[in-house]
Amino acid sequence: MTLEKLGTVPLYGVGARVRVRRAAPLGHIRTPFYIRGHAGVVERICGAFPNPEELAQQRDGLPAQPLYRVRFRQKDVWPGYRGGASDVIELEIFQHWIE
Amino acid sequence: MIERGHHDMGGLPAGKVRRTEHAYDDWELRVDAMMMLLIGVVGDSKRMTVDELRKNVEALAPADYDKMGYYDRWVISLTQTMIQRGVITSDDLARKLAQVQRRGLSPISRRQRTKGR
Amino acid sequence: MRKETGSYQPYSYFQLMEISLRELLVEKGVVTEDAIAGAMAAMRERGPERGAAMVARAWLDPAYKARMLADGSRAAEELGFEVPGLRLIVVENTSDTHNVIVCTLCSCYPRMLLGLPPEWYKSRPYRSRVVREPRKVLAEFGTKIPPKVQIRVHDSNADMRYMVLPLRPAGTERWSEERLAGLVTRDCLIGVALPQIPKKPKSRKS
Repeated sequence: MTLEKLGTVPLYGVGARVRVRRAAPLGHIRTPFYIRGHAGVVERICGAFPNPEELAQQRDGLPAQPLYRVRFRQKDVWPGYRGGASDVIELEIFQHWIE
Repeated sequence: MIERGHHDMGGLPAGKVRRTEHAYDDWELRVDAMMMLLIGVVGDSKRMTVDELRKNVEALAPADYDKMGYYDRWVISLTQTMIQRGVITSDDLARKLAQVQRRGLSPISRRQRTKGR
Repeated sequence: MRKETGSYQPYSYFQLMEISLRELLVEKGVVTEDAIAGAMAAMRERGPERGAAMVARAWLDPAYKARMLADGSRAAEELGFEVPGLRLIVVENTSDTHNVIVCTLCSCYPRMLLGLPPEWYKSRPYRSRVVREPRKVLAEFGTKIPPKVQIRVHDSNADMRYMVLPLRPAGTERWSEERLAGLVTRDCLIGVALPQIPKKPKSRKS
């Protein structure tokens, strides 16, 4: 992938524990509010993709940002989660959203 | 403080899921097709990104967002994006809307229904 | 929310906008009516049967299944389904794990393979609730997941798209690929349903 070659180097590997930044900027954001501030484990590296926050504003979004599939424990994400203790939720988190 | 957009609804309380199936109308499928062409997923008419489409959907007033159907949002957003991109102007659109509206009294306005899935 | 009847008043505001935008784009040479018709026709061709065919193949062919879990898009292409731009991740249900797919921010869906998503997938209740109370939402679909089975919710919030590889139901050991594919509905591929063996199987050639 050309884009992946242009991209920023991934800082985290599979299995790394990462925390999503808690931030509330304006613009077009693909990091859902509910996951900000939470920590999870990198399940896979999806590649590198142009930053959607930039693409939304007619800019090229380069360098491409590494995109991680991160697995979070549901009971960590939702206070009083009513479900199995092993239940998880997975999201794609761009590297610049990891603190 | 603006913490989350109206569209950013994960985890918020909401009612039961209504398992309705909607057969798409032709005009909705045309909006879908225009989007696919304009973001360049198919063909060579790329004029925008899908993130611009989303940005302009997110910019809708919350009450409108909730009231509008999916392709209602898309057609508004696509049109906004084409104006922002300079592909069309607001003036082009104003004139065209008036023109189409006048024609709307003709038999073209016959309801068209299609079987979607 | 919109009325669910699938019918519209002639020339609603949004239809006016669609016609106006389309005519302007055609006049300016950005798109052609033929290209629009072609894209519509291609979208009508896509549907959950394509995902079902992949699932049935995976149930019968462990090597294909391994390739599908490694690269869903390539596995789709292997069966002749073109999926331009789609980066598909297939997630596998097992006896210990159940997967369910959502897009909380908009309504991302593997549309280049499965066609357009159902209305409920794009609705506020589904998008809001399935991340926080998946078991309850699944139960509303009639899908009861035992407490000891792990639920994995997948929010398709960025560039990847997701499809569930359901567990093959017991009692289908000698079934043909085609018959197996018939068990796999769209809702199974989203993860809100499980393949069900019909009580009274229709007579079909296998």
